[in-house]
Amino acid sequence: MSRHPRLAFAALAALPVAFLLAFFFWPVGSIVATGLFPGGRFDPDPFARALRGGLPGVAWFTLWQAAASTALTLVVSLPAAYVFARFEFPGKRTLRALFTVPFVLPTVVVATAFLALIGPGGMLGVRLDGTIWAILAAHVFFNVAVVLRTVGGLWAHLDPRLEEAARLLGASRWQAFTTVTLPLLRPALAAAASLVFLFTFTSFGTVLLLGGPGLATLEVEIYRHTTALFDLPLAAVLALVQMAGVTGVLAAYSRYQERRAVEQTLRPAAEVTRRPRTAGERALVGGTLAGTALLLLGPPAVLLARSLDTGSGWGTSFYRALGSPGRTGVRLVDPMQAVGNSLSFGVVATAVSVGIGLLAAAVIAYRRGRASQWFDTLLMLPLGTSAVTIGFGFVVALDAPVDLRSSWVLVPLAHALVAVPFVVRAVVPVMRAVRTRLREAAAVLGAPPRRVWREVDLPLISRAAAAGAGFAFAVSLGEFGATAFVARPDTLTMPVAIFRFLGQPGTLNFGRAMAMSVLLMLVTATAVGLIDRLRPAGLGDF
Amino acid sequence: MKRFSILLLATLTTLLTACGGGEPDTVRLLTHDSFLITEETAAAFTATTGWRLEVLPAGDTGSMVNQAILAAGNPVADVLFGVDTTFLSRALDADLFIPYESPVLGSLIPGLATDPDHRVTPIDYGDVCLNYDKAAFTTTPPPQSPADLTAPAYRGMLVVEDPATSSPGLAFLLATIASFGEAGEYTWQDYWADLRANDVRVTSGWEEAYYGAFSGGSGEGDRPIVVSYASSPPAEVIYADPPVGEAPTAVVTQGCFRQVEYAGILRGTSREAGARALIDFLLGERFQEEMPLTMFVFPALASADLPAEFVAHTMIPAAPLTLDPAAIEANRERWIEEWAAIVLR
Repeated sequence: MSRHPRLAFAALAALPVAFLLAFFFWPVGSIVATGLFPGGRFDPDPFARALRGGLPGVAWFTLWQAAASTALTLVVSLPAAYVFARFEFPGKRTLRALFTVPFVLPTVVVATAFLALIGPGGMLGVRLDGTIWAILAAHVFFNVAVVLRTVGGLWAHLDPRLEEAARLLGASRWQAFTTVTLPLLRPALAAAASLVFLFTFTSFGTVLLLGGPGLATLEVEIYRHTTALFDLPLAAVLALVQMAGVTGVLAAYSRYQERRAVEQTLRPAAEVTRRPRTAGERALVGGTLAGTALLLLGPPAVLLARSLDTGSGWGTSFYRALGSPGRTGVRLVDPMQAVGNSLSFGVVATAVSVGIGLLAAAVIAYRRGRASQWFDTLLMLPLGTSAVTIGFGFVVALDAPVDLRSSWVLVPLAHALVAVPFVVRAVVPVMRAVRTRLREAAAVLGAPPRRVWREVDLPLISRAAAAGAGFAFAVSLGEFGATAFVARPDTLTMPVAIFRFLGQPGTLNFGRAMAMSVLLMLVTATAVGLIDRLRPAGLGDF
Repeated sequence: MKRFSILLLATLTTLLTACGGGEPDTVRLLTHDSFLITEETAAAFTATTGWRLEVLPAGDTGSMVNQAILAAGNPVADVLFGVDTTFLSRALDADLFIPYESPVLGSLIPGLATDPDHRVTPIDYGDVCLNYDKAAFTTTPPPQSPADLTAPAYRGMLVVEDPATSSPGLAFLLATIASFGEAGEYTWQDYWADLRANDVRVTSGWEEAYYGAFSGGSGEGDRPIVVSYASSPPAEVIYADPPVGEAPTAVVTQGCFRQVEYAGILRGTSREAGARALIDFLLGERFQEEMPLTMFVFPALASADLPAEFVAHTMIPAAPLTLDPAAIEANRERWIEEWAAIVLR
């Protein structure tokens, strides 16, 4: 790497770039061009129509609700991230896996649970449905896991001695946190914030279901203009505005990230965490975990209760009925097939996104400068792009040289497009924090660059990569939007099965939708828990 | 590192070559998310025709039709099923289909096959109707038609879906346009202004309206009247748990909007014979009698037997409303905008 750095980085970047070009820029570029160049000539009219049609208002609402959701999510998540990073307590792994569950739940199911809590006659006694508060609460619910996992990856390795030193020098706990820990965490915080921002910026179901009619994000408008109205020119303008907004925010983020990255000595997590010692610490750990659990596990608990509430007492009849044809002799779904398909897509999507994500992260972390900043932004762009735009782009663009338009691979590839940024975001802060000295020492001792990477960096990075892989898997398990718009072979996944049940009236269908949601939660928690456990060992207990 | 890259490259290449395009003896059906065919019936198709069936769902009806239009001439499938009254004109204008006059056409319910060029074939129909919670109307009589809903007696009782994001929501709006008209003493706009004054509730989709806001049957809300389908009461019986003898909900048979779903052979197919066989099969007794239970629509084949629950628990509206597909396509955006201005803002 030292002799031909440019060449080496170009080689590393080749695969991620090819992936992005083929499955993002080419399809999205094609569909936008179809809209803006009808008959091969540029038509400025849709821009004027967009301005007249209330685009500025929609764009402003999209932006501020995303910013508010991101800020709230950070505030709510940090105490739990701290407790997970610094303390050892019974059931920690299980809780970590459980806290990932909200992230994968289909919005329509979460909306049901939310309405049971804050809707008409809700259990909490406050009515928030149809207000911005319901949207913000749901966004926090969905995204706490993003912050926990992204920030937790770095926080668990911060050297606690730095904070202890500050305390010895007379700083209060709060001062030590704000002057020592927070600055060190900034790269991971910014990474998490950028992910949450993109997710909420492109929010679709949450806004529709909990905000009610009348509130529209850019994503909702793109969907309407693409599917119901078939106004591709206007949809193209909206998609461009969406991408411009996302690019702006990401460019600011990556410039910030470049300035703030601090090299530091990371410690094995086992050395950093400890059991709470004092009563105060125990109260802190217990209180934080209880509060977070109430928020994150409350709605899933509602779903669990409904899946077991048969109307005539408690029972598992909805679970037993999942795959049964019942009185009609017609089976709506095969639950085992749904679980199997979801898992298979998850494995492929995770493999692709971890591979591409690691290569990309290496380029971004080690090759600093304009080019790598832009590369980072481009990788994130699919997360901030409308699922409809990508899905329709596939139809327009992927017919040659190989006709992929109706291939099953589009499903895991669409998942991987969304999941790669999670791997990159989990890995880059750790990669950047790995001390150059350690790598230089290895090189001086005669290790070739590849070996340095494999034996010094890789073990350190693998923990972060595992966190990213867990996310990639979760993204794939829960994804419904992008794949719903792609004509694909009829592959039943768990979210699709939930929609199939909910699409028809009847208490049995509602109950089975709830039961399938619980199954989805179980599979997610198990899969994410296993990936967390499979984390490769090496160089101490990283 | 290198080994890793090669492995990754190999994985990607395998993925890319494992692509669709279809086997020579397979006929592909582009359809919407609600389409369902049982494995047994799909196997029967292969047994009787020699063709295998591959189903490609592509989102909701609008998504599916638009994707087909974007791929016009070089289609991803051989047959499209599920284009309905509200999207038919768009599909025909885009010249998506090649004509096929199925020999079964003569056995269909009269009036469904409206295209003189036989570019599309009707497969099923369904009516979007008001449903009400029987338990809520023991003292007050249930509404007889949508026009009743502006009366004070029905204040705060109705929940409808946003026509901008929901297909039954659009159908109900079209029904009110068809029945009250755009001009005259009392237009559809006046009707909706009155509904708003009578505290109508609007949700984005059918699921939130029916399961979330409606009080009848499996609904968990507090509104006793909802825009749903004529087939919803039998569904409440078929999918009741524990079983019930009588439907907890009923249909207001006046003011329903009829939607016909069509199938057509996509221009550019290389398997026209298989495509024809599939359309005939979709109109065959086996699939026609399965459709009510899988998709809750009514068969187009006149001789198809309805499931017992359908016979017992629903009424097929005698005079459902409809609009010319071309008029729907031309005015859809304006109508939705005007509706939103009256009801939401």
